[in-house]
Amino acid sequence: MTAFILRRLLYMIVTVAAISLMTFVIIQLPPGDYVTAMVAQLNLQGTTVDPAEMAAIRSRYGLDDPFWVQYWKWISNIIFAGDFGYSLEWRRPVADLLWNRLGLTFVLALITLLFIWAISLPIGIYTAVRKNTIGDYLATFVGVLGLAIPNFLFALVLMYIAFRYFGTGIGGLFSAEYENAPWSWGKLFDMGQHLIIPTIVLGTSGTASLIRILRANLLDELGKPYVTTARAYGLSERRMLLKYPVRIALNPFISTVGWVLPTLVSGATITAVVLNLPMTGPLLLQALISQDMYLAGSFIMMLSVLTVIGTLLSDLLLAWLDPRIRYT
Amino acid sequence: MSDKPLLSIRDLQVQFALREGTIRAVDGVDLDAHSGKTLCIVGESGSGKSMLARSLLQIVASPGRVTGGEILFTRPGQPTVDIARLDPTGKPIRAVRGRDIAMIFQEPMNSLSPIHSVGDQLVEKILLHHRIGKAAAIDRAVNALDKVGIPNPRQRLNSYPFELSGGMRQRVMIAMALACEPALLIADEPTTALDVTTQANILDLIADLQRELGMGVVFITHDLGVVAEIADEVAVVYLGRVVERGPVEEIFYNPQHPYTLALLSSIPKLGARRARGQRLRAIEGMVPHPLNRPKGCPFNTRCAEARAGLCDQVDPRNLELAPGHFAACHMRDPAIVGDAVGVSA
Repeated sequence: MTAFILRRLLYMIVTVAAISLMTFVIIQLPPGDYVTAMVAQLNLQGTTVDPAEMAAIRSRYGLDDPFWVQYWKWISNIIFAGDFGYSLEWRRPVADLLWNRLGLTFVLALITLLFIWAISLPIGIYTAVRKNTIGDYLATFVGVLGLAIPNFLFALVLMYIAFRYFGTGIGGLFSAEYENAPWSWGKLFDMGQHLIIPTIVLGTSGTASLIRILRANLLDELGKPYVTTARAYGLSERRMLLKYPVRIALNPFISTVGWVLPTLVSGATITAVVLNLPMTGPLLLQALISQDMYLAGSFIMMLSVLTVIGTLLSDLLLAWLDPRIRYT
Repeated sequence: MSDKPLLSIRDLQVQFALREGTIRAVDGVDLDAHSGKTLCIVGESGSGKSMLARSLLQIVASPGRVTGGEILFTRPGQPTVDIARLDPTGKPIRAVRGRDIAMIFQEPMNSLSPIHSVGDQLVEKILLHHRIGKAAAIDRAVNALDKVGIPNPRQRLNSYPFELSGGMRQRVMIAMALACEPALLIADEPTTALDVTTQANILDLIADLQRELGMGVVFITHDLGVVAEIADEVAVVYLGRVVERGPVEEIFYNPQHPYTLALLSSIPKLGARRARGQRLRAIEGMVPHPLNRPKGCPFNTRCAEARAGLCDQVDPRNLELAPGHFAACHMRDPAIVGDAVGVSA
C-alpha cells in the first residue's frame, strides 16, 4: 500500500509539472501580451500610449524575457516563496484574488459532492432494486429532466421561485447586511442559505448521471452468483444488498471525487455569472481575455493541483474499497 | 430406508411468468432425500435441475417462483416445515437457509464476493445462525477451512477469493456450507468448472464429510460418471419433470424410461468402437424450448419408442415398477402394453 501511494504521489508531481508548463505555453500562445491588450483597451477609450512607455512596462514586468525565463520566474516563486506573482490587470498580488475564490469554489465543490451522493445513492439503489416499476420510471424521468435543463436556466428559475415565494434575493454569496461584516454565526448561516440554490443547480446534472450509473452497475451486480450465495445463506435482503452488490457498484461514486472539482470550475462559470457568485470561473475567463498571464496561470495551476489531489484521493479510496485494485 | 425422509418433495411447481408466456421450469416433481444418503439429480442442460435445487431454498431468481406443491423438511427432533409455503424473503425461510440446508454452487469463481475476504464471508454466515462471539466464530471458520483441507486456514481467512484457485474457492464454499453443520447439503454441479483431479478431490471431500456429519446430500449433475460414484438414489429429470427415479443400482442396471436408456447409452466407452464396432450414440434432437412444451410425455418428440396418438397426447402416470423405482412412461405401463414389456423387478 505504501508503495502504491508513493508511486501515485510521484505521478502526481510529474502531472502537475507538465500541466503548469502546458498552461503557461497556452496562455502565451495568442499573439501579443498583456501590454498589447491593455493598449488596445486604452485606444478604445481614446487614449494613445507612447511606444516607449509600452516598452518600459514590458521590461518592468519582464515581458520581453524569453519564454522559459518567464516560466522559471513564475514557477520558482510559487514553489520557493509561495508567491503567485502580481496580477497586471488588478494591480494586486495574485494570491489575494486566488484564495478567496478558490476557497469558495472548493467549499461549493464539497457541498455539491455531498449533495450528489446523498441524493443519488438511495435513489440509485431504489431504481435498480425496483427495476421497471413506476418509482423507477419516475426517478429516471426526473433525473433526465435534471440532466437536460441547462444550469443557467435552472438557476434563473430557482432564483425567481426563491424571490417570488420566499421573498429572498438569492444572488451573490451574502445578504447586504453581512456583505462587509466580520465572520459570525449569522454570516455563516446567511452564506449557507445563499449556497442552497447553487448546490441544487450544480448538483442536479451530476446526480442524474450518477443515479443512472449506479442503477446500471447495480443491475449487473444483482445477477451475480455471489448475490445468490448470500441469499442462500440466509442474509436478509437489505443486509445482503448493502454489504455485497452495493459496495461493489459503488466505484463510480468514489470516482466522482476526482471529477467534480474540474467540472465545477469549468462548467459552473455561467451559473456563477447568473447567480453572481465570486467563484473562479468568471475571474479566470476575464484573466484569459486580458492576457493577465500570472493570474490565469496561477488559477489553472491551483485548480489542476486540486484536481490531481482529488484524483489521488479517489484512487486511494477505490483501493481501500476494492482489494483487487490494491494488488495490480 | 430410514423412517421419515429429511426432505420430501411432492408435486413441486416452479414457474416463470414471462411476457411471452409461463415457463414451467419444475413441473410436478416428487422426490425424497434422506439423512446420510446422496440423492443425485441428473439431466441435460435446461432440464430444470438447477431450478429444482434453488426452489428448495426459495432462491429462484425473479420472475420465477414456487407456485405449488410442498417441500416438507423434517430435521430430527423438530417439527416439519413446508418450505414451499414460506415467504421467500421472510424470517422463517432465512433461518432454514444455510443453517439447516446449505448450498454450494456451480461457479466457484463468482460465488464468493470478490471484494470481501474469505474470513469476512465465512464468519458472517456463522454469526448469522449461531449466537456465539466473534472469536468463537473465527475459530469455527478456521476449523471448517481445516476440515475441507485448506492449508494454513488461519492465514487464509485474510485472503481474497481472487488469490485462490478454483478448487480452493470451491473448498471455501464447502467450508461455508459446513460451518453451520446443516442437515442437508445441496450441491449444484459443484465440480463442473473444475478439472478432473480437483473434481475427484472435491467429491471425496463431500463424501467424507457426509459420512462424518451424517448429513443428507442432494447432488445435481449432468455427469453420469459422478452419479455412479456417489449416488444412493438417482432422479432423472427432463423438462422439469422426474421421468425416472430409484436406487442407483436399479437406474444403472435396470433402467426403464427411454430417456434414461438414451442417456446411459450416450456415455462414451473407450475402445468400444474397435472392439464391438459401436459408435457413440447421441440422443436425437434438442431439448424443446420450455415455452414450447410438447403435449403428453415431454420426451415424446425425441423418443424412439413413442407411440403416436398416445405419447403425444396423454401425460404418462408415475409407475412404481419395483420398490422405490419409479418411471413415467406409457410404454412401461402394464395397463397399456400388457405384462410383456419391461416390468420386472
